[in-house]
Amino acid sequence: MKGMTVIVKTIASWVKILIFLFGIYIIITGHLTPGGGFAGGVIIASSYVLLLLAFGREFAEENMPLGAASRIDCVGALMFAAIAVIGITTGGVFFTNFLYQKYLPGNAMELVSAGTIPLSNIAIGLKVGASLFLIILVLSIFCQDYRCKGNVCEIPGGKEKENN
Amino acid sequence: MLYSLCFLLFMVGLYCAVVKKNMVKIVLGILVMEYAVNLFLIMLGYRAGGVAPIVSKEDIVEAGGTLSSMFVAKSVDPLPQALVLTAIVISLGSLALMISICIRTYEKYETFDITEIRRLKG
Amino acid sequence: MSLPAVPLPTFVAVPLIAAFALPLFGKRGKSAATFLANAVTIFLLCCAVASIGRTAVYEIGRWPIPLGINLVLDGLSCLMLLAISTVSAAAMLFSTRYMERYTAKSKYLCLFMLMVAGMNGVVLSGDIFNMFVFLEIASLASYALVAFGCEHEELEAAFKYMVLGSIASTFVLFGVGLVYGNTGTLNMAYISKAISESGLNSGLTFALALFIAGFGLKAAIVPFHAWLPDAHPSAPAPISAMLSGVIIKALGIYAMSRIVFNVFGITVEVGWLLMILGILSMIIGAFMAIGQWDLKRLMAYSSISQIGYVVLGIGFGGLLIAKGAKAQWSALAILGGLFHLVNHSVYKSLLFLTSGSVEMSTGTRDMKQLGGLAEKMPVTRAAATIGSAAIAGVPPFSGFWSKLILVIAAVGSGFYWVAAIIVFVSLCTLIMYLKVQRYVFLGELPEALRETKEQKNSMLIAMVFLACLCVLMGLLLVPPLRSSVLEPAVRVITDGVSYSTNVIEMVRESVKL
Repeated sequence: MKGMTVIVKTIASWVKILIFLFGIYIIITGHLTPGGGFAGGVIIASSYVLLLLAFGREFAEENMPLGAASRIDCVGALMFAAIAVIGITTGGVFFTNFLYQKYLPGNAMELVSAGTIPLSNIAIGLKVGASLFLIILVLSIFCQDYRCKGNVCEIPGGKEKENN
Repeated sequence: MLYSLCFLLFMVGLYCAVVKKNMVKIVLGILVMEYAVNLFLIMLGYRAGGVAPIVSKEDIVEAGGTLSSMFVAKSVDPLPQALVLTAIVISLGSLALMISICIRTYEKYETFDITEIRRLKG
Repeated sequence: MSLPAVPLPTFVAVPLIAAFALPLFGKRGKSAATFLANAVTIFLLCCAVASIGRTAVYEIGRWPIPLGINLVLDGLSCLMLLAISTVSAAAMLFSTRYMERYTAKSKYLCLFMLMVAGMNGVVLSGDIFNMFVFLEIASLASYALVAFGCEHEELEAAFKYMVLGSIASTFVLFGVGLVYGNTGTLNMAYISKAISESGLNSGLTFALALFIAGFGLKAAIVPFHAWLPDAHPSAPAPISAMLSGVIIKALGIYAMSRIVFNVFGITVEVGWLLMILGILSMIIGAFMAIGQWDLKRLMAYSSISQIGYVVLGIGFGGLLIAKGAKAQWSALAILGGLFHLVNHSVYKSLLFLTSGSVEMSTGTRDMKQLGGLAEKMPVTRAAATIGSAAIAGVPPFSGFWSKLILVIAAVGSGFYWVAAIIVFVSLCTLIMYLKVQRYVFLGELPEALRETKEQKNSMLIAMVFLACLCVLMGLLLVPPLRSSVLEPAVRVITDGVSYSTNVIEMVRESVKL
C-alpha cells in the first residue's frame, strides 16, 4: 500500500491526534455519557487506520508494529481479567465492584465515581483498539502480495502467512 | 407491524445467504441478517414518547441518590441496547474471520464462485 | 465433602486468562506455553471431578438474580463439564506433538483455550443471553481452528461451516429477542416461571422453533447436517476430536435440552419432532458412512448417526413424560440418551486421535492406500480396536450398555419399532467399523508404507488414557457412581420446568447462610 497525495498526508497528520484524543475522551467518560470501552476503542483504531491509509503500510507498521499491537491486545484483556479476579479477593465474589462498594465511592455524575467501571472501560478500549488495528494491518499485509495489472492479478506461490 | 418489516429484512438476508453464488455476497447476506436481528432487539425496548436512557444530574433525587420516578416512567428500556452492543461486537469478529477466509480461499482456488470450489464431495 | 468446593467462575475465567497469557510467550517460549496449556486443561479436569454431586448458584458481582447474571451448576452441567474437561485434556496432550507441523502453534493454543472457555460458559450459564455469548465465543474459535492449516480443503470446509454456523447463531439471537419481548426477563429460571404461568403464545412458539433450528444446526441433526462431513475431516486431528466429541454436544444437544425441557417445558409435538429427527439422523448417517473411503469422513458420518441416538433417547423420554406414561421408562430413556452422549465423547475422540496418529505416520487418509499397519503401530491399533468395539456396541465396553438401556426403554413402553431401528443401526455401525479395521490395520502392507513407525510418547499416553476410559465407563452404571454422576443429570431433565423453583430456592438458601 503506497499512501496518498500530499494534501491527504498533511491533513491526516493534523487530524489523527484529534481523533485519538476524542477516542480517549469517550473511553474515560464512558460511565457518564454514551460510549464506553468498545466505541472508544473503535475510534482509537480508526485513527491508526487513517495513518495506514494516508501514509502507506510500512509507515504504519513502523509506528505500531505487529508484535507490539498483539501484546497490547493481550495486556488489555489480562487487565480486565485482573480487575474481575481482584474482586474475589476483596469482596467475595467474582466481578464485584469493589472500588464503589468499599474504597472509593465518589459522588454521582463525576469523573471519579462508579468504582471499577472506568478501569474496565480503559482495559476494553486498549484491547479493542489494538485488535481492530491488528485485523486491518494483517489484511493489508496479505493484500500486498498480489501484483495486479488492470484486471489480472498474479498470485505468488504458496507463502506461509499466519491466519490471524 | 414494524416487527414484520424487521422479519422481512431477515428473510431478505436469508435469501441472499442461501441463493447467491459469490462468496462475498453470501457474507453480505449474513451481515444483513445480523442487522435485522439487531434492529428487532432495539425495537423491543421502545416506549411511545420516551427519552433516551441517559441519566443527567437533574434526574437524581437529592435525598436518597435514586432515580426520579419521572425518569423511570419515561425512559426507553436500556437492556436491549446493551444486548445489541454485544451482538454488534460479535458480528464484527465473525465478519473479520469470514473475510479473511474468503481472501485465503481466493488465493488457493482463484475464484469466488462457490460452484467451482468443490473438492470435498460425497 | 472432603474436596473443597470449586467456585464456578474458575471454569470460565482460568481458560480465558490462559488464552490471553499464551500469545505473550512468543516464539522462544513455545515449550513453556505448551506446558502451561496442558497444566490448565489438567487443572480443569481435577476441578470438574471435584464438583461431582454438588449443586450451586453463583451470582456474579453479588447482584440479586433477576437483575444480574448467574452461573448454575446442577447435575446436567456437571456431567457435561466432566465430558468437556476429559476430552480437552486428552486432545491437548495429543496436540503437543501433533501440532509441531504447523507454524503458528501459540495461536492454536490460544484458540483452543478460548473454545474450552466458551463451552464451559455455555454449560454453566443461567442466563439465556450469556449462553448465546459463550456459544459465539466457542463457535468463532472452532471456525478458526477448522481453517488452521490453510490448505484447499480446510478453507472450503471452514467457509461452509462458518456460513451455516453464523446463520444458526442469528436464529438463536432472534429467538432470545422474541423470548425477552414476551416475558421481560433474560434469566432462565424467571423465564420458565413466566412461561408456565402464562402459556405459549404464537411469538413464543416461533421462538421455540427458531431455537430448535439453531441448536439443531449446531448439533448437526439431519436436515441441518450439511457442514459436518466437510468440517470434521479437514480439521487437524485433535480439533476433530474436540468438534465431534464435545462441541456438537455442548453447543447443540445440551443447549437444546436446557431450552426445551427446563425453560419451555416439553410437549407431545416437540417430543415426536425430536424422536423423528433422531431416527432420521441415525439411519442417514449410518448409510452414508458405509460407502466412504476417506477414514475421517467415515467417522464424521458416524458421528451424525450416534448423535441421532442421543436425540432419540432424549426425545423419546420427553415424549413419554409429556404423555404422562410411567416415570421409570421415561427416566430410563433419558438415562440411555445421556449416558450415550458421554460415551460417544470418549470413544469418538479416541477414534479421531488414532486416525490423526495414522495420518501423521503415513501421510494419507485414504483407506484404499492404507493397510497392514497392525505390526508397525501396535499401540494405535489396540486403541483403535477398543474404540471401534465400544462404538459398535460390543459387550463389555461402554457403548453396549447405553444402547441396551435405550432398547429396554423402547421395548418396555411399547415402541417396538424404535427398538428394531436401534438394533439395525447398531449392526450398520458394526459393519462400518469392521471396514475400518480391515482396510487400515489388517491386510497387506503396501510398498510405500514400509517405513512407518509408531508415534512418540505424549500422543500414546493420550490415546491409552481414553482407551482405558472406554473400558471403565461401563462401570458408571454401578449404583454408587450412577447415583452421583448420572442420576442428577437425568433428574434435571425429568424435573423439567421445576428447574426454576430449584434455582430460586438455592439462591434463597445461599443468601440465608
